[in-house]
Amino acid sequence: MVTPALLLFAPLAACAAIVGITRRSRPLSAGLAIGGMAVSLLCTVRLFLEFLNGHAHELQYSIPWITLPGLTLEFGFLINEAALLMSGVVTGVGLLIFIYSVGYMAEEEHRSRYFAYLSGFAFSMLGIVLANNLVTLFIFWELVGACSYLLIGYWYQKPSAAAAGKKAFLVNRIADFGFLLGILLLWSYSAGHGEAGTVNLLALQERLAHWAAAGQLDPTILGWIGVLLFCGVVGKSAQFPLHVWLPDAMEGPTPVSALIHAATMVAAGVYLLARIFFIVSAVPSTMELIAAIGGFTAIFAASLALVEPDIKRILAFSTLSQLGYMVMAMGLGAPVAAMFHLTTHAFFKALLFLGAGSVIHAVHGNDIWKMGGLLKKMPLTGWTFAVGTLALCGIFPFSGFFSKDEILLAAMEHNRFLWVIGTITAGMTAFYMGRLFFVAFLRPAASDSAQHAHESPAVMTGPLVVLALLSAAAGFFGIPAFLQGAHHAEHHGINWGVAGLSTAVAFAGLGLAGLIYLKGWRPAAGLLKKLESPGRWLSRKFFVDEIYGWINWNLQQGLARFLALFERWVIIGFMVNGTAKLTQLAGRAVRRLQTGQLQSYALSILVGLTLILLWGWRP
Amino acid sequence: MMLGPVSWILLAPLIGAALLVCVPSEQVRWVRRIAATATGIPLLLALSLIFRYDPVAAGYQWVDRIPWIPSFGIDYHVGVDGISVVLVLLHAFCAFTGVLVSYRISQRVKEYAIFYLLLIGGGFGVFTSMDLFFFYLFYEMAVIPMFPLIGIWGSKKDRDYATMKLTLYLTAGAVMALIGLLTLYTLSPVKTFDLIALREAFLRQPLPPATQWFLFPFLLFGFGVIAPMWPFHSWSPLGHAAAPSAVSMLHAGVLMKLGSYAILRIALPLMPAGAVDWLPWVAGLACMNILYGGFVAMAQKDAKFVIGYSSSSHMGYVLLGIACLSAIGLNGAVLLMFAHGIMTALAFAAVGHVYDQTHTRILSDWGGLIRQVPFIGVAFAAAALASAGLPGFANFAAELLVFFGAWESYRWAAVAAVFGIVTTAFYMLRAVRTGFYGPLNPKWTGLKDATPFEKIPYLILITVLLVVGCWPQSLLTLIQSGTGPILEIIQQASVGVLP
Repeated sequence: MVTPALLLFAPLAACAAIVGITRRSRPLSAGLAIGGMAVSLLCTVRLFLEFLNGHAHELQYSIPWITLPGLTLEFGFLINEAALLMSGVVTGVGLLIFIYSVGYMAEEEHRSRYFAYLSGFAFSMLGIVLANNLVTLFIFWELVGACSYLLIGYWYQKPSAAAAGKKAFLVNRIADFGFLLGILLLWSYSAGHGEAGTVNLLALQERLAHWAAAGQLDPTILGWIGVLLFCGVVGKSAQFPLHVWLPDAMEGPTPVSALIHAATMVAAGVYLLARIFFIVSAVPSTMELIAAIGGFTAIFAASLALVEPDIKRILAFSTLSQLGYMVMAMGLGAPVAAMFHLTTHAFFKALLFLGAGSVIHAVHGNDIWKMGGLLKKMPLTGWTFAVGTLALCGIFPFSGFFSKDEILLAAMEHNRFLWVIGTITAGMTAFYMGRLFFVAFLRPAASDSAQHAHESPAVMTGPLVVLALLSAAAGFFGIPAFLQGAHHAEHHGINWGVAGLSTAVAFAGLGLAGLIYLKGWRPAAGLLKKLESPGRWLSRKFFVDEIYGWINWNLQQGLARFLALFERWVIIGFMVNGTAKLTQLAGRAVRRLQTGQLQSYALSILVGLTLILLWGWRP
Repeated sequence: MMLGPVSWILLAPLIGAALLVCVPSEQVRWVRRIAATATGIPLLLALSLIFRYDPVAAGYQWVDRIPWIPSFGIDYHVGVDGISVVLVLLHAFCAFTGVLVSYRISQRVKEYAIFYLLLIGGGFGVFTSMDLFFFYLFYEMAVIPMFPLIGIWGSKKDRDYATMKLTLYLTAGAVMALIGLLTLYTLSPVKTFDLIALREAFLRQPLPPATQWFLFPFLLFGFGVIAPMWPFHSWSPLGHAAAPSAVSMLHAGVLMKLGSYAILRIALPLMPAGAVDWLPWVAGLACMNILYGGFVAMAQKDAKFVIGYSSSSHMGYVLLGIACLSAIGLNGAVLLMFAHGIMTALAFAAVGHVYDQTHTRILSDWGGLIRQVPFIGVAFAAAALASAGLPGFANFAAELLVFFGAWESYRWAAVAAVFGIVTTAFYMLRAVRTGFYGPLNPKWTGLKDATPFEKIPYLILITVLLVVGCWPQSLLTLIQSGTGPILEIIQQASVGVLP
């Protein structure tokens, strides 16, 4: 109980201490944040050792949070292999990124605020990882969203950063609309057969297994539950059609992009799918939908990365695409492969983002066409970046090779069409990463700032080296075998046919990129002309942002403006002021009777008397 | 006879008002000190009651009773149960922080403080009265001082219209409710205004369902005006906007809760069959509140109007929670009254701080303020995020309960309600973005952030939101002890009505 509680609350304590006490001291704030994260990492390691020694397999602790007649909500932890792995990723990668931030944010005025936000984020993220029930998970899910909002908008004076933070929060809020309804529906569905509703994952798992054995599952409702819960995943993991917030989220500081918008938070959606796998996997059509959305996002986002000039946005599209792989793997019924890829991706994508940060720090710009020649100027950054690139491209023996292979293998077995998509995406991945690496690091320097670039300080390159080692070697750690504890009976081993083909495709992509961007090879003019129009579609991101902007302005703002006018003219103008006017008119009409002239009073007495007499006089 | 703590809570602001009459109006410091003491004492007493209230024994505790007009069955009869002890605490927080925020007022301070304290006394009276006559008396006492408070100290632009509209509208609603109350009195077998006695009498000998069906709307819509129930809400955003900040804080924080409190306290237990008939309609109207208010708030440019329409939207959740007629829904509704009251007080205080210096509330005129006034900016952002249902703040826990309750009782309404928090996030984040983020408008480089003293009310309110948000059960146990008996009456009635 103490270890997981400490694991969760150490970063929160750091956050509170920074806000409350060390706000004015930048080094102390950074130290507190790093210390909190280190405590969490140590706790994770301790739990991990307990699991390895076989002392524990599944730990659950909880305390009541809300107890009312008809509703019991608890606050609690559920620790299993997947949770530990995720916790290790969050605390391990997190710690490295915290350390890196000390160098990256050295010139920032309000660094304490930054470290407070980061610690708050770590707390919220660990909450998602550890939560034993969907309401607790939802709580941290929202908190993570809020931290992301604050960190994207860290440079709030910049209108684009302020807008990007808001956009991320709102897109996620729309997704959470479905997620919350899914939780409610699941809660009421679980209340059948004389038992109270629950949102506890273990209890749900037991109940569903029970009902499945008795043949009492309702696939329609269960399908709805799965789709609604998946809405949350689509938002947080930025799957199509709610992917639009993630590229804009690159407005935040680069270490934030590395930690939150690449390695951990956006992977929370995939992790959620692993947690609720027993719910979504109960209905095959839900699984097909999940796999299709994941596969489509993978290739869709990879295509956008082909033409993007901004180094961070290339990596952002790449993140989208890789998350698509993971979601697809979940949909294909391969949660171990998905979690494996999540882990390796966290290492190499954090590495790539931090490398990009190091580059941006040196050349003061994001445009890869203004870089060049950086491998010589920044050898540590350059070589670690190369490792990350190879891992992302899935080249043997780097970690990405093993995890991507597992996913493609699952696709090959269950859905050939998605396997083709996945393999093509692997080629596209290699192409855009090759383009990025060759243009930024190998071509001659294209600007003054690239000419005079210097290697970043050790506090930044140190984490790069550690992450590079992890990215290179994580394939050999036996992560799938560790996870098998949670999900039994999944295929294991390398299929050399699938792996060989994807490797060949990756080499082809890298080669083509080298040919074009290093050797200066140009395709024939006719082909180039034909590529122009699809290129425009790609660089405008298929106009999805424009379409959403139109919907936002015309439908949502239109309705708002219409109702505001309705309020003004109908409710206030007609109903309320109308009533007031009517009362005034009535008053004015009746006022005529009170003229103060004796003659008119006498006249009305006369008329009234006559009328009464006439009425009373009935012969 | 010894008076108990509840009476002192009620009397402290009234004594304060009486003392102020004797203080020369130049003695501004003494006026402020007396006002702070007269609201600080109730706050301390209310806090001690929260800790000392016994939820196992439940029922009214610390009851004081003094016969007043025995022939009509009118007594001074006050006490608190699980619901009112929580709302008294809400009122005490809003009142005390409101006084601290009002330290900025410099014009006719003495008169302002007197009206303000009368208003506060009225609020405490409504939440503690166990006698319908006094309930109504205090209800009017809480409404009438709004007229001078907005009319004299309000923002010049729209205060005349706003104050007339607010007072007339609320009085009209109150009169409609009065008709219902007097009819109940004449129909009751016991001829008393005592709420407990009436409740027991109607429990033994319920009114015929047809009578209840006819009479229930008088209380529902009469009190619903102040709730504010759609489409009778239009007095409220304008009223908030025109009022000085501390009055907006009390007005949106506490006064709007009087309506739903009265429905919960009087209409439901006395006419349970009427409630069962009418509340599905209330659920519909509540959804109109939520969605309509949310969308109208999106189109507002004035910060106070955004919060005003947001309040009317979020009071829809309270009405929806009541309409559920289930333990989850009712408890959620009362907890939300508390949470929303604190949050909205925080928001109005922050807006008021900026308005007093910029003299504009148009969000796009502000721009980038968080750089200049970081503390106020953070306070406003906290209120915005709390309102948008960010976990950790009390509003989330309360709204979550309303969702769960509505999901059981009216599933379609739950969908609308959950969508409501999407709209809230839209307008609240837009307000933060337009007013506080972005480049600083060069006009406001002279703006002053809160001084350490001025920070106190904000810190109090934020702390309360966080404590209740992380540990909602602290209040829910109390609330449950109050809503439980009401729910029992409803259940008995629905068993009786439905064959």
